[in-house]
Amino acid sequence: MIDLDFWISFLIMPILGISVILVFMRFLIGPSISDRVVSLDLLVTVGIGLIITYCILVKETVFIDFALILALLGFLSTVAFAYYIEKKGEK
Amino acid sequence: MIDLITLFFLFSGSLLILIAGIGILRMPDVFMRASAVTKAGTVGVGLILTGFIIYYLDFELSARSLAIVLFIAITSPVGAHMIGRAAYIMGDKLWEATVRDDLKGKFDPEKHEIKSNENEDQS
Repeated sequence: MIDLDFWISFLIMPILGISVILVFMRFLIGPSISDRVVSLDLLVTVGIGLIITYCILVKETVFIDFALILALLGFLSTVAFAYYIEKKGEK
Repeated sequence: MIDLITLFFLFSGSLLILIAGIGILRMPDVFMRASAVTKAGTVGVGLILTGFIIYYLDFELSARSLAIVLFIAITSPVGAHMIGRAAYIMGDKLWEATVRDDLKGKFDPEKHEIKSNENEDQS
């Protein structure tokens, strides 16, 4: 059969890495703060995908809990940033 | 066989995440960016976690993975809506080729609320 470790190392991980680079470029050049918050949200999502792929690569299943915690923290940070941006635009 | 199915799901998910990354870099508007991120990112992570479930086929790991998928699918649209609303209130510019703006003139800066309809009574 196919060699899963080889394809994960040289196909899946580079695609996810290129995605991280693209999202981080938007994080750096984003014109407003909303763009930065949106790109931070996507960065957390890509991070969850990277953790899951790494779980399959190293045959270690403990990291799925870290992915769960990262999902919770990402949603919390997005909501908090949106709340304070809205408060800032209020005045 | 399991490896092949896992690789298929992982490849589909990572390709969707790459589409989300290209979308957030190329879209001209913060609202379009939020839309692209929400849809492609959610389905991409869902496909990657489906590959994880198929690779291990274990009850506890499947339960945790389904919890992550459900949590992301529930909270990602909520977060995108909140950040879009905050961006509109802050006064981020729409794309100049936008055809219509349904919220134009419906945002009240003093009372800080968005009217959904002109004829509707605000309680």
